Amino acid sequence: MDASSELVRIRREPSFYLWAGVFLLLLAAVVGGLYLATLEIDYVWRWYRVPQYFVSHRQIEVRADIKGEVDAIRTEGGATAVVVKGRDEEAVYAVGKSALKVAKGDTVYPGDLLAAHAEWQPGILMEGLWLTLKVSVIAILFGIVIGFITGIARLSSNPALKWTAMTYIELIRGSPLLVQIMIWYFVLGTLINTLLAQQGIGQVPAIWFGVGSLATFAGAYVAEIVRAGIQSIHRGQTEAARSLGMNYFQCMRCVILPQAFRRIIPPLAGQFISLIKDSSLLGIIAIRELTKATREVVTTSLAPFELWFICAVLYLALTFTLSMLLQYLERRLLVS
Amino acid sequence: MIDVRNIHKTFYVPHKVRALVDVSAAVRAGEVVVVIGPSGSGKSTLLRCLNRLETANQGHIYIDGIDILDKKTDINKVRAEVGMVFQSFNLFPHKTVLDNITLAQRVVRRRSREEAHAKAMALLEKVGIKDKINVYPDQLSGGQQQRVAIARALAMEPKIMLFDEPTSALDPEMIGEVLDVMKKLAREVADRVIFMDEGQIVEEGTPEHFFINPINERTKLFLSQIL
Ligand SMILES: Nc1ncnc2c1ncn2[C@@H]1O[C@H](COP(=O)(O)OP(=O)(O)O)[C@@H](O)[C@H]1O
Ligand SMILES: [Mg+2]
Repeated sequence: MDASSELVRIRREPSFYLWAGVFLLLLAAVVGGLYLATLEIDYVWRWYRVPQYFVSHRQIEVRADIKGEVDAIRTEGGATAVVVKGRDEEAVYAVGKSALKVAKGDTVYPGDLLAAHAEWQPGILMEGLWLTLKVSVIAILFGIVIGFITGIARLSSNPALKWTAMTYIELIRGSPLLVQIMIWYFVLGTLINTLLAQQGIGQVPAIWFGVGSLATFAGAYVAEIVRAGIQSIHRGQTEAARSLGMNYFQCMRCVILPQAFRRIIPPLAGQFISLIKDSSLLGIIAIRELTKATREVVTTSLAPFELWFICAVLYLALTFTLSMLLQYLERRLLVS
Repeated sequence: MIDVRNIHKTFYVPHKVRALVDVSAAVRAGEVVVVIGPSGSGKSTLLRCLNRLETANQGHIYIDGIDILDKKTDINKVRAEVGMVFQSFNLFPHKTVLDNITLAQRVVRRRSREEAHAKAMALLEKVGIKDKINVYPDQLSGGQQQRVAIARALAMEPKIMLFDEPTSALDPEMIGEVLDVMKKLAREVADRVIFMDEGQIVEEGTPEHFFINPINERTKLFLSQIL
């Protein structure tokens, strides 16, 4: 019987309700105080302006640019097109998903509406959120790979592997992420893209240097977490596995890593939550992630307070989801 | 089967300890040899050198004719033929009893799932815990865990079995069940006894010799303390 699934009715002390009340009062005081202060400086709250930065309803229009008569409305393979015949010219307009506003035989002038439809478009904040999510997920995946390899190399008795791992870890942990991002973009980025240009090959977009900086940064911390996790597994486990004839890799894969993995998950969760928050620094290399997107809309929105709060809440939603996901994974591993 | 010639083992960390000093011994196939001696005399170190969990600094060790200290020897092949049972069981806590016993059969011996399973069931029957195959080690008593550990080693069908104080971590009432399993494996309780002290083999002989008239003074002292 799972104890956590049982309903337990806890009898609470009267003082519990008193202090719970104090907590709620404090919360209300902070929020109310903030609100009153904004009234004091005549700040006008415009929450209604926020949703447009998530999705906007945009009108898509197809207009004529010649004078003439609608000669035909063709449908070929599901795609509709309007053919307009002028005095000595002819134009074909692809309609796409839009609804027709003209019929065969109508006379149209330049600028006249041929077809139109409204489309939901992601707003700039939505795009920023998506970019933050994308960059974070890719960086986390690479960070895991780099971290596991480095963590295991760090424990190797081979000096080349061990010292390389140690140097990498110390370099990364000893300098600010902001500086590392600059180095990735302005040093490595310039080098790589100039070399590529000399070869006549296309350029690497800024986002990949951003992902690179976050992944190598997280990788160093993941390596230390992995190392500690492996070292926390008792030596007897390795000895038992090796005494049965398993080689180093079989022992790692079947015995050590599965056990280490459970202990690694909670600190890894913390590291990945940091990574999501650290991705906000990527704005400085022109990656329009959530923070940069917010900064951009704030300038034109007339609602800076609302937008910064929304920005914080969105980060919270991302980190909270990730932490729930990893807690679920941890429980799953404990059961199996 | 086992031929140990003049091996030395010195530990330098945390401080210099000469754990084995010029040890030589030979064990024939089918023989049961018991190594006794005070704590810290090098019994475990000797056993661990036999499957190279510790590497002897000097000398030669031949297992079934193979020089295991030779760099060209594939030690994993040798280890598969040498089963070891540890004082602290060292079962894999993330695997069920059944998986503990089938794991090495599958990854090292490359046996099929069915074959490994059948072997495990036969051995669990032999050690008397057939009803616990899907249980995790932490739900077993110490005696049961050690019996699973013995089955895990036997599943590889080793030519040699090494037991390093397999009952010393057990509560007294569980020692019997593990010894019963070990008696099933051995024709005799012991063909030969080796007494070690301070990293050296001090005296060697039949059990009768030891308990009736040991020669060496250190042996006499040790036996008088434990008997
Ligand atoms: N891994 C090790 N590192 C350092 N010293 C060790 C190690 N293993 C054993 N020793 C030392 O070697 C000596 C012999 O130990 P051991 O073989 O375990 O004795 P026994 O099993 O007879 O009690 C002891 O002094 C012990 O402290
Ligand atoms: Mg010992």
